Amino acid sequence: MKVRAQIAMVLNLDKCIGCHTCSITCKNVWTNREGVEYAWFNNVESKPGVGYPKDWENQNRWKGGWVRKKNGKIVPRQGSKWRILSKIFANPDLPEIDDFYEPYTFEYEWLQKAPELEAQPSAKPRSLVTGEVLKKIEWSGNWEDDLGGEFSKRSQDYNFEGVEKEIYGQFEQTFLMYLPRLCEHCLNPSCLASCPSGAIYKREEDGIVLIDQDKCRGWRMCVSGCPYKKIYYNWSTGKSEKCIFCYPRIEVGQPTVCSETCVGRIRYLGVVLYDADRIQAAASVEDPKDLYPAQLGVFLDPYDPAIQEQARLDGVPEAWIEAATRSPVYKMAMEWKVAFPLHPEYRTLPMVWYVPPLSPIQSAAEAGKMSVNNGMPDVRSLRIPMRYLANLLTAGDEEPIVAALERMLAMRGFMRAKTVDGRIDESIAENVGLTGPMIEEMYRYMALAAYEDRYVIPTTHRELNEDAYLLRGSTGFGFKEPTNGSTKLNLFGGPKRTPRKPYMDIPT
Amino acid sequence: MPYFADYARRYTDFPFLVKLVERDGRLVPDRLVRAADFEGGLGETNNPDWKPVAIDEISGEPVCPLGSAGFRWGDGGKWNLEEKDGQGREVKLRLSLAGQEDAVVPVAFPYFGTVAPDTFVATGHDEILMRNVPVKEINLVGGKSYVASTFDLFLANYGVDRGYGGENAASSYDEDIPFTPAWAEKVCGVPRDAIVQVAREFASNAEKTNGRSMVILGAGLNHWYHMDMSYRGIIALLVMCGCVGKSGGGWAHYVGQEKLRPQTGWLPLAFATDWLRPVRQMNGTSFFYAHSNQWRYETLKISDILSPTAPPGDWSGAMIDYNVRAERMGWLPSAPQLESNPIELGRSIAENGADPNKVIPEALKSGELKLACHDPDNARNWPRNMFFWRSNVLGASGKGHEYFLKHLVGSLHGVVGTDDERGGIERPDEVVWHEEAPVGKLDLIVNIDFRMSTTSLYADIVLPTATWYEKHDLNTTDMHPFIHPLTAAVDPVWECKSDWNIFRAIAKKFSEVAPEVLGVEQDLVMTPIMHDTKFELAQPYEPLDWKKGECEPIPGKTMSSIAIVERDYPSTYARFTSLGPELEKHGNGSKGLTWDIKHEVQLLATLNGVTPDGAAAGRPKIDTDIDACETVLMLAPETNGEVAVKAWAELSRATGRDHSHLAKGKEEEKIRFRDVVAQPRKIISSPTWSGLESEHVCYNAGYTNVHEFIPWRTLTGRQQMYMDHHWMLAFGEGFVTWRPPIDTRSVKQVLGKLPNGNPEIQLNILTPHQKWGIHSTYTENLIMLSLNRGGPTVWISEVDAKQAGIEDNDWIEAFNVNGALTARAIVSQRIMPGSAIMYHAQEKMVNTVGSEITGQRGGIHNSVTRINMKPTHMIGGYVQFAYGFNYYGTVGANRDQFVIIRKMSEINWFDKAADDSASGHATADWGTGRRSATTTEVVP
Repeated sequence: MKVRAQIAMVLNLDKCIGCHTCSITCKNVWTNREGVEYAWFNNVESKPGVGYPKDWENQNRWKGGWVRKKNGKIVPRQGSKWRILSKIFANPDLPEIDDFYEPYTFEYEWLQKAPELEAQPSAKPRSLVTGEVLKKIEWSGNWEDDLGGEFSKRSQDYNFEGVEKEIYGQFEQTFLMYLPRLCEHCLNPSCLASCPSGAIYKREEDGIVLIDQDKCRGWRMCVSGCPYKKIYYNWSTGKSEKCIFCYPRIEVGQPTVCSETCVGRIRYLGVVLYDADRIQAAASVEDPKDLYPAQLGVFLDPYDPAIQEQARLDGVPEAWIEAATRSPVYKMAMEWKVAFPLHPEYRTLPMVWYVPPLSPIQSAAEAGKMSVNNGMPDVRSLRIPMRYLANLLTAGDEEPIVAALERMLAMRGFMRAKTVDGRIDESIAENVGLTGPMIEEMYRYMALAAYEDRYVIPTTHRELNEDAYLLRGSTGFGFKEPTNGSTKLNLFGGPKRTPRKPYMDIPT
Repeated sequence: MPYFADYARRYTDFPFLVKLVERDGRLVPDRLVRAADFEGGLGETNNPDWKPVAIDEISGEPVCPLGSAGFRWGDGGKWNLEEKDGQGREVKLRLSLAGQEDAVVPVAFPYFGTVAPDTFVATGHDEILMRNVPVKEINLVGGKSYVASTFDLFLANYGVDRGYGGENAASSYDEDIPFTPAWAEKVCGVPRDAIVQVAREFASNAEKTNGRSMVILGAGLNHWYHMDMSYRGIIALLVMCGCVGKSGGGWAHYVGQEKLRPQTGWLPLAFATDWLRPVRQMNGTSFFYAHSNQWRYETLKISDILSPTAPPGDWSGAMIDYNVRAERMGWLPSAPQLESNPIELGRSIAENGADPNKVIPEALKSGELKLACHDPDNARNWPRNMFFWRSNVLGASGKGHEYFLKHLVGSLHGVVGTDDERGGIERPDEVVWHEEAPVGKLDLIVNIDFRMSTTSLYADIVLPTATWYEKHDLNTTDMHPFIHPLTAAVDPVWECKSDWNIFRAIAKKFSEVAPEVLGVEQDLVMTPIMHDTKFELAQPYEPLDWKKGECEPIPGKTMSSIAIVERDYPSTYARFTSLGPELEKHGNGSKGLTWDIKHEVQLLATLNGVTPDGAAAGRPKIDTDIDACETVLMLAPETNGEVAVKAWAELSRATGRDHSHLAKGKEEEKIRFRDVVAQPRKIISSPTWSGLESEHVCYNAGYTNVHEFIPWRTLTGRQQMYMDHHWMLAFGEGFVTWRPPIDTRSVKQVLGKLPNGNPEIQLNILTPHQKWGIHSTYTENLIMLSLNRGGPTVWISEVDAKQAGIEDNDWIEAFNVNGALTARAIVSQRIMPGSAIMYHAQEKMVNTVGSEITGQRGGIHNSVTRINMKPTHMIGGYVQFAYGFNYYGTVGANRDQFVIIRKMSEINWFDKAADDSASGHATADWGTGRRSATTTEVVP
């Protein structure tokens, strides 16, 4: 056993209102730059839909993620190392700019500077790549917002696999859910495995997956290798970029920008302890439906004193162990089993998980006629098909989804009985394998969702790696330069400042 | 349900008696019975005409319970909802006369669903529905009369079968009788089972929780012409379930983020009531209806909306005639007010030492003086200068955009229809018709904005203003419990100034140049009959019109109030930057309450300092934007606990009940600007609002009415299910009812007349607010546009798209007689077939191609709409039907509108300089104004 800790995320889709505040704040902070105008480290898709880039879930086309070979070994779907190397000059599986969209701006100055025209001026769109007038804007990071576009096009959505989808195209049978997406910071990242330059790494201390911009050579094999299409090529710098999980914030105990600004309070951040030695086996189980339980099996019980002890031995700081015991992510994924990985069949063991959404009962005609238990309808009669959610979150296995939705309905039923009828009904909890106090805790985390409960983020222990004393006073006014206690410029003149030795050498 | 019954008895007008009168051989509900209807007035001598009557369960006799409007004015201490009558007797009002009735009689109720325009559902029932009601026959002044309780009439109106028989009583939900679930299913398409289930769940939850069922709604419903029917329907539902004013239940009305909460703080600042009173105000809808000449294109006929049970009277005329009558009778404000210059009038009145309240009515009556509203197209009555601030009237809010461009702005425009007989226009009776409508009435448009908005594009002068992070300001709403600041992170960029500094600079220059033209002047100001003043009890019965010789013009009673205001124009800057003396003189307040404010003025002088010299010497200084914020915070009870205590004490004098506990413990709390900068503060409860802010309850509308027995500010003092004003009965809205959308007649004239070769479909156009904005919030922010489709879009259903051969992202045009707009189509299954949605405030400044219809730039969402006013919103001088700034007046409903939609065949950007273009500007006439595009690009 090798205990590692990761800051993982859960998104409660039951509460996402599709406001895109996460996308906007992320964009403003990280990708509002030349070369990545088209890139959304975080975007929100309306489902059913083919998303951004178009058809990203279709791995037959893009060859992202891993495949399991007959011998039980897994290799990146686009091929093993030598195959990847052979394709670096002509990658057949690479999405093009039009699969994302051609970024644009408008001729805003025209509104102020146009001469007297035959009609009121209007600013035309211009490509941010070529500077030319765009004849028509054709796609975006959110083209299908609120079910925009014909059902025949949107229903190419991969998650309809095994669903009789035609009826869902009718006005009365419409369903809609939002899917906010970002890098999954996988335990078994296929982007990392695809990189010919060894530029991608997963940080040992918090699990964040990063691209070393000094090492990246812009081969873009990671763009194909990532099944979530969350790596973007910067056409200006010639290097690839991705969501950095706002690590400068995470390191000081702050939530990612997308989480911090979430209006619906749908995001959770917390520590998950896992056994690094079990990753390969978990990612290699034969039946894709076993990948979700296999990943649960990689996670470690933070309350178990033996695990805690091993974690200490493996260098996990004490505060991280304690944070793991208060982790909302652990509670939702492991204790209540209401959160699931996005497309576990990609075998990357993603670490951004999702609570599936409840939805209205399927047919108004059934209202009042369906079986109701403690005011709870049968979850299989909910409007969003179970199979659709299962295709998204459990490689098609409906049972875990059904169980999670039943627990969420039970939470409503239990709390409703308590507040409206003044009755504590333990049987509601028991029916779904929970207890009253567990439901009350679920309610606290999922319904009330206080800031302190949503984000339990221990800070990085810099003191373990750096001499904080030497860093003292070294930044303050920075000039875009790395400072390891040394700055090239001094606002007050004088010679270049170099860290000096401690004043005293005290024998120990 | 005892809870529901008790709530209905105490907090609604259900027990009050309605007089039934015979009309065309049928009994119809008329007005509420008043104390004055009885010999001796049931002992009431103060305002007996304004005190409705109910039957007492204890004595069985008619009684005049406390709390009605008559008790509010002149009966100090009796305006409350205690179960007592005016003589101090305990009473228990009887809800229903069932079991106590003298007779059961058929009563006529109007029904409007018989016909419906366009694709809306007509149900084919009779226009008058007879329904049986238990009644009593009682002796009133003028003879015996049948009376019924509002509750019994209300149930009859809904068609509830209470065992009285009759063909229009529904014995089950499945009968097709208005207003059963089966009937509703037919009209709106929602299955009856779903309706019944939702209703049961809503009611049973309210039953279990004593009213904790809630309806949250935005003001979008108000886009429909018969908006008030939807509102009253929802309120009726809440009232029947005892929800309004119950914490966790009731009416949660989300109508935007107005900076209203510390109202009594900013009103003096905004309207200078610390220096001059009264203020001259105007309701925007009526103003723009008249001055953008939309009245000349009015196709809605009064006969379309008049009730089949209307009382006899003159219900002729066009829509603007009703607004003119309302202005004439002092119900609505008017701008301009008179055809004569009010400063010259005021000067001559002052020079002659005349009484304006005598000479003005006389001159109006003789015709020597004219109200401007009778001739809005007379050049003397045009608006000439227009200042826009915090508004984007030409890019977002102005309904009937193309009419604005043509008649107010005088620019290129895309009005498609005509104002002659071709458009089916009926000319008004009361308003002068000029053969040629004026165009370009405005001489000067000034816009304050931080953006090149559409309004900025059309303005003569744009004053660039500070954004949120470049100024100090306050932000609050009446819906949420906090007051919070905007603070300047940096100074405004380039030439921008904060709003405060812009106005201050204008005031300064204006004061300098004023003496060339204006000195100390006497201004004649006419004010409508205001809500929450004693004048709201103006005409208790059928309103009389002095112009028709039915009564005398009496200021504040049958016409506007009249005052002379002395304006010292050269002192404008001095006054702008100081707090004036009128507050100490008259006190401050709102909603009918006035409290002493001397101490606060003193404190403000200490806090802000005083103006050292000049016309405002010694007055508290309001120089900077922070000074202005401090003024608001100091004066308002919501941010100054000492004022809150005074305000509640003042209310206690009116109600005779002690409300002081509501501000207890807050007396020492004074929120300063730097406090809210440090952290947003929870506001202090005040009687300006009907909800409380405390550790026990959060804001909930109507809470203090229910828990403190403070009456609603209505005729009965209760939540009113019956509106007995003469005009309400004329338009059939005494009780809530179903009214199909109106026929705007704006499509047929152009359908097929301006072909481009592509199929045309007719759709109901809806313009809701987009999900990323409120009100007129702009949308053309690059990142936000990149997240969607990058420019104006119109959503249509897959079914309609197929019929019109339109694919997702095709360029389409939507048009009708009002104008045309171009956009790209979003085809979606979520849109109901038959309707199209264009989200509000998508401006034509970005990515908008030229129109094939108008030969102009494609329009905005409001290019195809028009203001549709409703006479019942013009009623005034009748308690809750009385004008109040920001609260009452006409509404520009626009959702009953239809457009023709088709795919465009030519894409033209109209980017050529005016001189190079092949032909001249478009004109108004449909067809003739259409210019062939000079540079075209054929859609592949």
